[in-house]
Amino acid sequence: MDAESLLLSLELASGSGLGLSPDRRASLLTSLLLVKRDYRYSRVLFWGRILGLVADYYIAQGLSEDHLAPRKTLYSLNCMEWSLLPPATEEMVVQTAVVKGRFMGDPSHEYEHTEPQKVKEGDKVFEEEVVVRIKEETRLVSIIDQIDKAVSIVPRGALFKTPFGPIHVNRTFEGLSLSEAKKLSSYFHFREPVELKNKTLLEKADLDPSLDFLDSLEHDIPKGVRPQNRRYGLTRQWHSG
Amino acid sequence: MEDLTALKQEKETQDSGEEDRPWEEMTIVSSQDPKPELSEPPESEQGLETGPQARSSPARSPQSGGSTPLGDPAGPGVSSPPPPTQGPPSSPPLALSGQDLAAPHQSHETTSVIPEAGTPHSDHLKQSSDKGESFPHQTYQSKENDFQQFQQTSGHLYERRDVSSKNSKQKELRFDIFQEGDSNSNFDLDEAEPDPAPSVLEIAIQNAKAYLQTSSQSGLSLYDHLSNMLTKILDEHPKNAVDIIENISRDVKMAHFSKKLDTLQNENEMLPTYEIAEKQKALFLQGTLEGADQDLEDEIVETSLPNVMESAFYFEQAGVGLGTDETYRIFLALKQLTDTHPIQRCRFWGKILGLEMNYIVAEVEFREGEDEEEVEEEDVTEERDDGESEGEEDDEDELPRSLYKASQALPKEESRTGANKYFYFVCNEPGSPWVRLPSVTPAQIVTARKIKKFFTGRLDAPIASYPPFPGNESNYLRAQIARISAGTHVSPLGFYQFVEEEGEEEEEVEGGQDSFEENPDFEGIQVIDLVESLSNWVHHVQHILPQGRCNWFNPIQKSEEEEDEEEEEEEEKEEEPDYTEQEVGPPLLTPISEDLEIQNIPPWTTQLTSNLVPQYATAVLRSNLWPGAYAFCNGKKFENLYIGWGHKYSPDSYTPPVPPPVCQEYPGRPEITEVDDPSVEEERAFQAAQEAAALQAQESEETDEDEDDDVDD
Repeated sequence: MDAESLLLSLELASGSGLGLSPDRRASLLTSLLLVKRDYRYSRVLFWGRILGLVADYYIAQGLSEDHLAPRKTLYSLNCMEWSLLPPATEEMVVQTAVVKGRFMGDPSHEYEHTEPQKVKEGDKVFEEEVVVRIKEETRLVSIIDQIDKAVSIVPRGALFKTPFGPIHVNRTFEGLSLSEAKKLSSYFHFREPVELKNKTLLEKADLDPSLDFLDSLEHDIPKGVRPQNRRYGLTRQWHSG
Repeated sequence: MEDLTALKQEKETQDSGEEDRPWEEMTIVSSQDPKPELSEPPESEQGLETGPQARSSPARSPQSGGSTPLGDPAGPGVSSPPPPTQGPPSSPPLALSGQDLAAPHQSHETTSVIPEAGTPHSDHLKQSSDKGESFPHQTYQSKENDFQQFQQTSGHLYERRDVSSKNSKQKELRFDIFQEGDSNSNFDLDEAEPDPAPSVLEIAIQNAKAYLQTSSQSGLSLYDHLSNMLTKILDEHPKNAVDIIENISRDVKMAHFSKKLDTLQNENEMLPTYEIAEKQKALFLQGTLEGADQDLEDEIVETSLPNVMESAFYFEQAGVGLGTDETYRIFLALKQLTDTHPIQRCRFWGKILGLEMNYIVAEVEFREGEDEEEVEEEDVTEERDDGESEGEEDDEDELPRSLYKASQALPKEESRTGANKYFYFVCNEPGSPWVRLPSVTPAQIVTARKIKKFFTGRLDAPIASYPPFPGNESNYLRAQIARISAGTHVSPLGFYQFVEEEGEEEEEVEGGQDSFEENPDFEGIQVIDLVESLSNWVHHVQHILPQGRCNWFNPIQKSEEEEDEEEEEEEEKEEEPDYTEQEVGPPLLTPISEDLEIQNIPPWTTQLTSNLVPQYATAVLRSNLWPGAYAFCNGKKFENLYIGWGHKYSPDSYTPPVPPPVCQEYPGRPEITEVDDPSVEEERAFQAAQEAAALQAQESEETDEDEDDDVDD
């Protein structure tokens, strides 16, 4: 949620039962503004909260002018002091895939995972049980990255591509009509497009290059993204499968 | 003549040709007498006459799109003013008609004004202006006018055309000209100069026009229709208009039926939002139906309605909640529930999210003796099963009976006890009617533990799973609610205490006490203590045994009884062990510190709502076993809530259980074991062996007899 429209967005997204206490809300509003100033982001988004056993992580993301550029992720435990997280890499994702269970809530906590590894000592090949330590921070980074890649969505028309390449927010976007909002095809994944090249020429002909430059949700497998009818009918909550 | 000069001036300066017919009429009227010579001068005279009007009209022309209402009108109807009154050419009237007439207006204002003639002209103008823009109106009115006007019109038309053709570049002008006298146009074009007197030709033109303007039976006139068609064609410029002229004609006629609105009409969309709002409106109005004061007092005194808003406030401090609006609506919906049913106590249990719709769950306890009728589904099915089995027994040919004996379904617990202690009502949206969930059976709980399905939001949806769930979504929902309640409903230590029973022995000895009451002497626990130690919280809902019930039920006894009751069909005894161990669960009111961990994760997380203001903070419990279950306590008050998907937490992804191995058909026995038929050699060998054996037997008998004989001798 944009830091500027935080309160409204929180109210609209409260149907699933998770919200923020007034304590956190107030601190978020203040601190996100400061983050925006300090790091000189064009837009700061409150990404969400990851629950841990001892404490919770509050995550924010900063965007530069070009919205598709890699985003900077920050985390905080008390919604006041934010720390930058390193960008996610493929190795991190692989490494942390073995860790299961809940987050501890302590960023310096290390998960221990024993892996049988083949260690060569001279001519002999041992199979040793190596204890691999994975920091919780790393796990946090990779989880955020995975979640973003899977379920971060934008409605069609909210972003447009300028002729030079950068993606900008469409200031004339007034929202989707009710019938459009029900369709999966009016939403895109907010990430580098992967399937766009695989479209047939016929499909590409219908696309508008300035608006349709991201993957649509239509072809996601499993078809697990479901719209949830909200009481106002104007807001649609999307629950991922 | 000054008229002529003026006319020439006008012609040069004139931008737009004639506008409305009324103008023409006006000028024509005035120029009635001075026939041919005056055809030009009349125009100029009229122009002069209408000078003052022209001055006034610029003010109005911007306002009115078409005809300009004249302020001067007064006086009589059509009359032919004397020639001298005819002043400036037709252009002033044109200007008055008010369509982009800035320049003409100016030009007109320069001309002198002859007031006398102005009046009749104004009359005409007024009349014609009253008709409005549309040509048909003008034509109708024109019919009422004198024939002479027609004549003048036609003559005037010609003049107009000359003027307009010189200066006008707008097709509207031509269009207007066409409108005014299609039939006459040709004549006018041909004529280089108008006849000085209403010639035979002109009379013929007028006759023709009058004929065209006669209204048909349906109220239309050909004149109007043709002018409309040409208007449409000139507006739209279709290709090959002549080829589709009939279609255009038909469309114009059909256009009479439609209102003159935008072709795209906004259909009033029945948005689902409107329907929901309608339903919720009823919630807000329910209080106003009975206005008796007594009712109000009763309500205030004894209400089983919980203070949902207060609990919501505390939960919001913890970051849990549904938003103020939705909570308030739920509050009103609960009020509706308590008003319509005899409820002793009611509690907002929580919200279960579903794929299509959500469930809002209320936990209620009915008043004593007000147990409402239940849908006895399970009993019916049991009877039906017995009936079927009896049917089979009656077959004459006894079919091989299978040895499989389905395990007897455990009876569900009685109402108000164990897992069925409370009744649950659900609705999809606040405002929708509340539906009561059926009681839960142990079989359902046992199966629910093994499957993991999302709720769709429809209570009658089937649950397709393995192991097959006995029931539909309402049963599954009820089972999950029971499990969640049993697992996560906690209260501060000491809030509830056991009811002291005097000398009563319960039937289930080891089941533990299952009744408790509020402790009136509860003094509250410090919030800090609640956060630091889990032993300050206790479960106040009975634990559900693996069997699926809260109170142990021994299935062996029952089965023996059933065997006696049924006609002995099974000769073999069941293969169950004779003694099943009694399942024991933690007794009621055990502290939650005794809860099991999952893979080294503590089952509960405690937090203070605010670290900045600890003196007013409340303690919040979050369950790690059932994500979505929360409890808060601020010392004295406490509440439990569940908002989530209704699933238990498991660190691994859900894997459905493997189906059991295929059953053995039947144990192998020698009689039915297949054996190859003996081959010929084997048969012969067998026969030979048999004969050999027989011979040997005979010989042995003979030898025995011989021995006997020998002995005797």
